[in-house]
Amino acid sequence: MPLEIITQEQEQGAQPGAKKVPNAAKPEPQAVHQDVAAPPVASKDSGPPKRSESFVFGIPQNGLTSKQREVPVDEPPPLARNADLRYIGKPTARYDGPAKAMGKGKYTADVQLPGMLYARMVDASVPHGRIVSIDTAAAEKLPGVRAVYVVQHTYGLAELRDPKQETPSRYPLIRYAGQPIAGIAAVSPQIADDAAKLIKVQYDPMPFVVDRTEARAADAPAVFPGPADAAGSAGGGGGPKGVPQVGNVHGPQRKQTGDPAAGFAAADVVVESEYFTQVQTHSALETHGFVVDWKPDEVTVYASTQGTSSVRNDMADVFKLPKSQVRVITEFMGGGFGAKFGIGNEGAVAANLSRMTNAPVKLMLDRRQEHIVSNRPDSHQKLKIGAKRDGTLTAIELTSYGTAGVGTGAGTAGPATNLYTCPNLLTEEYDVFTNAGPGAAFRAPGHPQGCFAFEQAIDELAVKLAMDPIALRDKIDENQARRVERQLIVERTNWRNRRPAGSDAGPIKRGMGVAQSVWYRFVSMNSSCEVRVSRDGSVELMSAVQDLGTGTKTMLAIVVAEEFGIPPGQVVIRIGDTRFPVGPDSGGSVTAGSITPAVRNAAYQAKQQLFAAVAPQLGTTPDNLHLAEGRVLFKNDPSRSYTLKQITGKLPTDEISARATRGPEYAKEKLTYGGVDYVELAVDTETGRVHVEKVFGAHDCGRPINPTGVISQINGGILQGISYALFEQRIMDRKTGYMLNANLDNYKILGAREVPEIEIELVENYIAQSSTDAAGIGESAGIITLAAAIGNAFFNATGVRMRSIPMTPANVLAALGKVPGQPGQEVQA
Amino acid sequence: MADEHKSTFSRRGFLKGAGVAAATTAVESANALAREAQAAAQPDPTLGPGALPVKLRINGQDHAVTIEPRYTLAETLRNNVGLTGTKVVCDRGSCSACTVWLDNVPALACMTLAIDATGREITTIEGLATGDTMHQVQAAFVKHDALQCGFCTPGMIMSCAALLERNPNPRLADVKHAVSGNLCRCGTYPKVFAATLEVAQQRQQTAGLVGLTTGKEA
Repeated sequence: MPLEIITQEQEQGAQPGAKKVPNAAKPEPQAVHQDVAAPPVASKDSGPPKRSESFVFGIPQNGLTSKQREVPVDEPPPLARNADLRYIGKPTARYDGPAKAMGKGKYTADVQLPGMLYARMVDASVPHGRIVSIDTAAAEKLPGVRAVYVVQHTYGLAELRDPKQETPSRYPLIRYAGQPIAGIAAVSPQIADDAAKLIKVQYDPMPFVVDRTEARAADAPAVFPGPADAAGSAGGGGGPKGVPQVGNVHGPQRKQTGDPAAGFAAADVVVESEYFTQVQTHSALETHGFVVDWKPDEVTVYASTQGTSSVRNDMADVFKLPKSQVRVITEFMGGGFGAKFGIGNEGAVAANLSRMTNAPVKLMLDRRQEHIVSNRPDSHQKLKIGAKRDGTLTAIELTSYGTAGVGTGAGTAGPATNLYTCPNLLTEEYDVFTNAGPGAAFRAPGHPQGCFAFEQAIDELAVKLAMDPIALRDKIDENQARRVERQLIVERTNWRNRRPAGSDAGPIKRGMGVAQSVWYRFVSMNSSCEVRVSRDGSVELMSAVQDLGTGTKTMLAIVVAEEFGIPPGQVVIRIGDTRFPVGPDSGGSVTAGSITPAVRNAAYQAKQQLFAAVAPQLGTTPDNLHLAEGRVLFKNDPSRSYTLKQITGKLPTDEISARATRGPEYAKEKLTYGGVDYVELAVDTETGRVHVEKVFGAHDCGRPINPTGVISQINGGILQGISYALFEQRIMDRKTGYMLNANLDNYKILGAREVPEIEIELVENYIAQSSTDAAGIGESAGIITLAAAIGNAFFNATGVRMRSIPMTPANVLAALGKVPGQPGQEVQA
Repeated sequence: MADEHKSTFSRRGFLKGAGVAAATTAVESANALAREAQAAAQPDPTLGPGALPVKLRINGQDHAVTIEPRYTLAETLRNNVGLTGTKVVCDRGSCSACTVWLDNVPALACMTLAIDATGREITTIEGLATGDTMHQVQAAFVKHDALQCGFCTPGMIMSCAALLERNPNPRLADVKHAVSGNLCRCGTYPKVFAATLEVAQQRQQTAGLVGLTTGKEA
């Protein structure tokens, strides 16, 4: 993962092959220097006119300073620190909370349109094979069935570099059990289900492999007949293209800095080990799904998506429609976690069925299908770290193998590359193809896996160096926010009372541990909005950006409220509709940092228009007016004030509006975010159960706009991280190639009884990069760190290192050497 | 109904296990006995597989729907009645997103046939509020941000509101137990606990105030 500030270009056609694969239609995030369009020499002259402003800068705990920046003249004055603002940074109730709590929010799954048909996806019952024939006659004859659509092209899989290597076939080749084959539209979901059972598919089965280790063997069945590549989505994920491929092994993606061999030679201490992580499924509560209403003049798509823009782009691309004829709506969205970008197979099938039937069609995946269509790849990592006696890192070497099934994107090198300063680094990441559902971006792609290995190895290094793990990190970590976060942990938790590993004599052993995360500042320039002010005093914000449950609506209401001096509840937020100005796709924690500056700038410009329009009638000049506490005040006469409504009533037209688009960052800098999470746990060494009892998380997301929403997301990251560490695991049947636990009864995710006490501290970090300085929290919110922090606490409790997850009772007992015939893990110092 | 006696039996078992307040149990038992007696007196009619008209009493109102006997209550509420607040997530009784109340007792609408809900008082998330005024538990969920994507929220609220009906003074462990079947992927649990416990506390205080004004112990 590059460290440069990223511009995610959303335009289609930027990449060859984009027309074939919706998920590939988004170019991978590319490192684009901010001023790439304007040569440095000419940049001051060719850009928009600018003025110099002084911005609050730094972290409050370290003492705030100021930073001078050149900003476009139409941008508002810099914001003060949160403590001095009225609404930004103040806990604010969720904008759409009442609608959700009262069951009124209409999710895609809830959309009902007149004459709407219900669709069901039929998927492959073999993990690898050619379809000889598909007989849809019986299904089509079933009363109530309106159409059957047979899939012509499957999206989401890697594609052969040389398509000629595929034996020609009438139907797409089946490469995983559960691969979409056909869709059925009927007048009721029950009839669609009945019809699905009547579709007869004859296969010519081929040898398959679902296990990562077996797939690496030279004689393993080939998932693809030649080298194949898969692209990531707007949420990231996806592996490198054009790397070597031998059999099913795709890679390596090799990155080297310095001289690792010399670094290890210079090391006083070396730690080296192997780590294993499992496949995790997204398990968003609303499954992937679409309602498509295909009309000749406009196709309306209700989508459970993280990117209304990504869906519109794919629809235009796949169906050769002008974007002006595609409207995508996402009003309420039941979770994505990285898996929901573009139209995917289900969107394409729903659209085809709607076109065939001239009726709106709803196609929601069922829960089994949801578990199969996307996942976080597994990993097998070999990690070696060298250090000097004082902790200084001299070399890092990581080799990782992971399977993203029929996709790519199993790399894990992010934390090893970007957490600490180390002059010598070598990482080699391999994807291993298997006949299983494709991997997808999943909350901090690659990082929970990488962190599980890397942050445990750092802990192991601390043990070898006889250093406190936090003191070691203070030595090797240059990030100022994480330094403050570690200090918070030392001050606010039991850290100072930490005991030597394995101190408890009884069967229940307690311990504590920490781990750190790194994530990157990604910014999407496709971040536009419009702010409208009406004569009656209404203030509205419109953007195509969507709210996945992350609180986007609330955050935007707060930003507009701050500018107009009115409570956030008085701002009307209309988002999740591509009829509004384009919004960023919500992946990689890009949303807050991308859209909030555009929103603040638009609100400011609308306010300036308002002042300009009414100032003459008030006998003053626009710059003498300002808004606070819902009133228009006169700078030169504190006794004079009007309500916002009195002022808007003087508008010469019914409405004024301003539109703004995200501008470049103020300065070209490499910026990352990070969190530090602390875990206390108890290990029952007789039953093998791990009980996480307490988590303290300290996190940085730039300027927090709504601390309430940020903390909610961090709770979620922490709990997903515990769930990943202890419970979740996709289980593939080597004999049949099926996922055996493809529903929530057998795929165990964390529930209420496994929730520990959680305490969260937000660290404000002013970076002077935009008119809001906001940043997302989704990725760095605990999902990255928890498995490693639990691993470190497990070691502190037992003296045994857990090098594989999930830490189920069986795996824990095996590691503790309590399973006859299994040697257990080595016990460290 | 074909399975009336079966569902009654299992529901009584559930009530017993859940330790419902004595008064509710007494009323429930009387209703259940009456249904059992009725079922014993009349042979089970054969219904379906075709659609048939059914009357469901939902949120205090009668709804006439034409459904097949195989339709679950969740499907019927969502697709036939248009009450989409009740969510379907796993469709097999393992996530509780579809929790509604049958005669004021939580039940999984995805595991209940709609025809088995005839003659019962069905309460959905839409029926919890009074007009536009949120139920206390709904308001507390909003106040504490006990919801993110909101897809588990209706089921979560139905479980928590039912808990407070049967146990006005729950401890944290009781709340965890009450929502132990309600899965949430966004991680709202800590705030769900806080919201529910706060409503319990508010009700205790209100009861205490009433006690003071009437001069009696609350």
